[in-house]
Amino acid sequence: MAIEKLIWLIPLPPVLAFALIVLFTNKNKALSHSVAIGAAFLSWLGAMYVFLSALGVEHFGEHPYESSINWLPTGETWLKIGVLIDPLSATVLFFVAWTVLMIFLYSVGYHNFGQPAGDHDHKGLPPHGATEHGHAVLSIEPMYSRFFAFISLFAFGMLTLVVSDNLLTMFVGWEIMGLCSYLLIGFWFGKESARNAAIKAFMTTRIGDVFMLLGISYLYSTTGTLSFRAIFTVEILHTLATIPSGVFGLSAAGLIGLLLFIGTVGKSAQFPLHVWLPDAMEGPTPVSAMIHAATMVSAGVYAVIRMYPLISLDEKTMTVVAFIGAFTAIFAATIAVAQNDIKRVLAYSTISQLGFMIAALGIHAYIAAVFHLVTHAFFKALLFLGSGSVIHGMEHGVLHTGNHKVDPQDMFNMGGLKNKMPITFWTFLIGGFALSGFPLITAGFWSKDEILADAWGHGHMIIFFTLAVAAFMTAFYTMRQITLTFLGEARTPEAEHAHETPWTMTVPLIILSGFAIGYGWFGIPEHFPVLGGLVPNWFHEFVGGTLAEHPEAVEFSWVPLGVSLFVAFVGLLCGWLMYRNVKSAAEDVFQISFLKNKYYFDELYDFLFVKPIYWFSENVVYKFMDMTVINGILHLFGPSTGGIGSTIRNYFDLPIINRLIGDGSADVTYWFGGKLTRIQSGRIQQYLVLSLTALFVIGGLIYFFLLA
Amino acid sequence: MNFPILSVITFLPFAAGMLMLAMPATRKNEVRAVALATAVIDLILSAWVYLQYWLGDMSGYQFIEQYRWLPALGISLKFGVDGMSAPLVLLTGIVMFTGVLISWGDDDPHVMAGIQDRPREFFAFLFLLAGGVFGVFVSLDLFMLFFFYEIAVFPMYLLIAIWGWAKTREYAAMKLTLYLFIGSVVALVGALVMYWTQYQNTGILSFDMIQMESAGFSSAFQYAWFLPVFFGFAVLGGIWPFHNWSPDGHVAAPTAVSMFHAGVLMKLGAFAALRVGIMLLPEGAKQWSWLVMTFAAIAVVYGAYIAFVQTDLKYMIGFSSVSHMGLVVLGVSTLNHNGLVGAGVQMFSHGVMTALFFAITGMIYDRAHTRMIPELGGVAKVMPFATIGFIIGGLVSMGMPGFSGFVAEFPIFMGVWGRQWLVAVVASISIVITAAYIMLAIRKVFFSDMPEKLVGHISPITALDKVAISTLCFFMIVIGIFPAVMVPMIEKGVENVLRLLGGA
Repeated sequence: MAIEKLIWLIPLPPVLAFALIVLFTNKNKALSHSVAIGAAFLSWLGAMYVFLSALGVEHFGEHPYESSINWLPTGETWLKIGVLIDPLSATVLFFVAWTVLMIFLYSVGYHNFGQPAGDHDHKGLPPHGATEHGHAVLSIEPMYSRFFAFISLFAFGMLTLVVSDNLLTMFVGWEIMGLCSYLLIGFWFGKESARNAAIKAFMTTRIGDVFMLLGISYLYSTTGTLSFRAIFTVEILHTLATIPSGVFGLSAAGLIGLLLFIGTVGKSAQFPLHVWLPDAMEGPTPVSAMIHAATMVSAGVYAVIRMYPLISLDEKTMTVVAFIGAFTAIFAATIAVAQNDIKRVLAYSTISQLGFMIAALGIHAYIAAVFHLVTHAFFKALLFLGSGSVIHGMEHGVLHTGNHKVDPQDMFNMGGLKNKMPITFWTFLIGGFALSGFPLITAGFWSKDEILADAWGHGHMIIFFTLAVAAFMTAFYTMRQITLTFLGEARTPEAEHAHETPWTMTVPLIILSGFAIGYGWFGIPEHFPVLGGLVPNWFHEFVGGTLAEHPEAVEFSWVPLGVSLFVAFVGLLCGWLMYRNVKSAAEDVFQISFLKNKYYFDELYDFLFVKPIYWFSENVVYKFMDMTVINGILHLFGPSTGGIGSTIRNYFDLPIINRLIGDGSADVTYWFGGKLTRIQSGRIQQYLVLSLTALFVIGGLIYFFLLA
Repeated sequence: MNFPILSVITFLPFAAGMLMLAMPATRKNEVRAVALATAVIDLILSAWVYLQYWLGDMSGYQFIEQYRWLPALGISLKFGVDGMSAPLVLLTGIVMFTGVLISWGDDDPHVMAGIQDRPREFFAFLFLLAGGVFGVFVSLDLFMLFFFYEIAVFPMYLLIAIWGWAKTREYAAMKLTLYLFIGSVVALVGALVMYWTQYQNTGILSFDMIQMESAGFSSAFQYAWFLPVFFGFAVLGGIWPFHNWSPDGHVAAPTAVSMFHAGVLMKLGAFAALRVGIMLLPEGAKQWSWLVMTFAAIAVVYGAYIAFVQTDLKYMIGFSSVSHMGLVVLGVSTLNHNGLVGAGVQMFSHGVMTALFFAITGMIYDRAHTRMIPELGGVAKVMPFATIGFIIGGLVSMGMPGFSGFVAEFPIFMGVWGRQWLVAVVASISIVITAAYIMLAIRKVFFSDMPEKLVGHISPITALDKVAISTLCFFMIVIGIFPAVMVPMIEKGVENVLRLLGGA
């Protein structure tokens, strides 16, 4: 059927764009971005067609689109690579295609397309501005084409991951994204902070990847397959659930699930592998949006949701998942409160919101987790692009005043941007309200409310209260951010001269804010007062079909709804009240160094892991083992061989062989010769006597021995 | 086909070496031209062998040639390739070709790239080495295998001691030679015992390895002789704790010799250990695989840890080779399908990858006159092409999907988990550390700011260098994206090994 072939084609345009830009069009900036955006658009078209067709299929969960070919031969069977679109991947594909296209479009404006080349710009550093007709203006990114090449590859990785039907190709996409995050976070490689952040991101996620690889190895050696549909059969799941793994009393399914989950912990920046995500802000803002919404972190959550039938088999693993998620949600929220960098606040909010999803999954709230994944992707992409727009506007101000010491990302340098950048303000407000869970109209409310309702409904009280507090803090810091950035008076001259951004940046904002509101209406619970049932709960019906057993919706209860409303309203109100009159960072009560320094986790890890590894490698493995022991033994061979040699020489060769046998035989001969000289006297008579004696002796001997 | 292609591949480098020695020493460019022509012919022929094998039914030994040599003792010159050795023949062709390219030399006295000093002798010895390597990979006769093995080791000494890095070349050359000769002597004793035992068992006096597969060695015999034979060869594969000659040798060797050393010479050890140790003594292999696996796992992690703290780029790559060759032996030690297939691919992949690493390191050293990572920086601006090459090599090294390293490491880990999950867990530490040292080196050497004293001294690489880098990258990417160009062939070779192991 044609649609299966189409699914194969969805990830391909971006990778072709990558190749085209790298090989041919990199000199031409307009052509490069056209190729990249055109490719993203083709993928988008394909994704939309597949998604809409999927909507029309009855019982789509049981009859998904799938097709596969052989790729890496192992054993009797080839490791197949294939594509699978079921309700889950169709849903994810939908938001990925949209956000990717929007981010691509936005990047054109963000990298100042159409502006002149900078006066002093270098490759590897952000553009510093140019002079045109005596005015300071923004300058175009010197590595403009390269950016579109990398980001296309990034999109390819994500699309591959989403459409794959097995863990192998999923892992391939997963690793490609790891590589792209490295390349793009370190995009401005001229900055040392960017180089370090790139390595940190790659290494931290890599730690998770290793566990994931081990999980895959375990799974494959137990079941002989990596295909999702093959693993999620009743027999194989039953086998996995009953084999003990021998570790922590987990079943095989539990251990595999745990290992795969650690991969997600790395990729989705969950505690304790969360440290890379805030530093990833070093990349250009569209990259942040890519990582935080469209691709990387969503991929981590998607992977664990994808493996839910396996992971959910072992309650111990599920408990770990739920608690890691809930802890991360509240932990990251507390850090976000104390950040002053507009992007860092969002970065921690991402970590926190991902915690919500993970926690939801851990308490078997499968649909709520998927729902929050989708709504979060839309509003977080919106917020990141909005923050990029704000920074861009501030850079305008910085160029105007010429004071380059002003950090265009510090919220305390902003204020009053509402009137300067109205489109950015209104769209950011929508995104912020969605993040806070502003009731009824925003998508974030519906998805977050569903998580809380599930936690309450299934009696997970600790999770429920933790998430409720985290939600309160979310509303609070979001309003803090909005108030500091947009409301009140401009706190610096730069903020006064900020400027609205071009249409390529604002149009994506407007479209995404449409989703940040509208998407929630497709998932309103049936039993919700007044609104329930007005729009059918499409999301629950559709995504629920992915699982073999359609999950039941929880009973409606006023408690979680009340809590949900309370935390959103009160949090927003507190944020506004506390920050509407704040003039500088000194007046902020949350400038606590413990929070600002993120609980010193970077320092802790440096102390606990990085330094000891250096020390261990340098001193134990290299200096002690290799240079001292092994090389020492080797170098002992020389002296010891010499020692053996001289021992033999001195105690055997010289005295015995040389002295006794060699020289000895000569000495004996000499001594014997000396004795024999006595008979050479010169007297004839004596010779005659000797001759006669010899004659008789020899004659006698001959007689006795030969004749007788 | 009656054309003796394997003999031509093997003996052409010897003949070319003799021809070069007969040429006047002053005719450097003519010598280089002869070297390049020979390398190109050998590359084409080895690629032809590979393709013919791949396009055919890929079964058993092919291109078999046999000439009587010393029939009284059962020694004959018997050549042939199977699925395990055909990729290695191709690998040798590739390394030979690229090694000649990057040794071409630049007459600019500031650059000192390639080989300026006595290129005639250099290429002659290099080709002696190459011919020996080809000989080992294609020999089906145990005696001939040893014969070529020794031929391959001998020129290494001269190449390192004469053209090497002045500071350590004599030490390193001596260390390397002693190690390899001791290893091969131990293995030779084992081989002679096998030869006589076969005669006692069957009455056949022969060094033919296919014959020896059915020599009926008793279990006790195999248990006793597996270790000397396997480890005797594996010394050349850099097995821990007999790896120490290898990084020292790399550092002291001139660039092209480093490429040969890491690229193919270490494969020689692993390949011979597999062919003689495991295939002729399968019972012994089963008995001792736990020990081999332990040593290999140690090598994997140990090499990575040491590479992590090296400040000399060549030492770093040298120890990373110990780690990666450890993965080969680890894959071999699983004695299962996945592990062996992974090991086969890893041999090829690592060969191409380290050849690339050493080639680029050589280019940097020739220009910056230092290999110390802390003293380098900003190379990307002047040598963007080499930078991309090094990054691709790095990605292969850390097992990134889409490159050959992934196709190799993924099955190895699958195979190891199937045998002993704990070893897989331990070995996986290396994945993280490998990524760390590669990333850190790339950051410092290529992307940090260029130190003052290097500014203006680093010249761009030559067109020949670019051809060499592109050739090496080509193979890593093609295998990464289309594993089917190599994996099915290696699978056939592995099937044969598994058959001897009794379907284990």
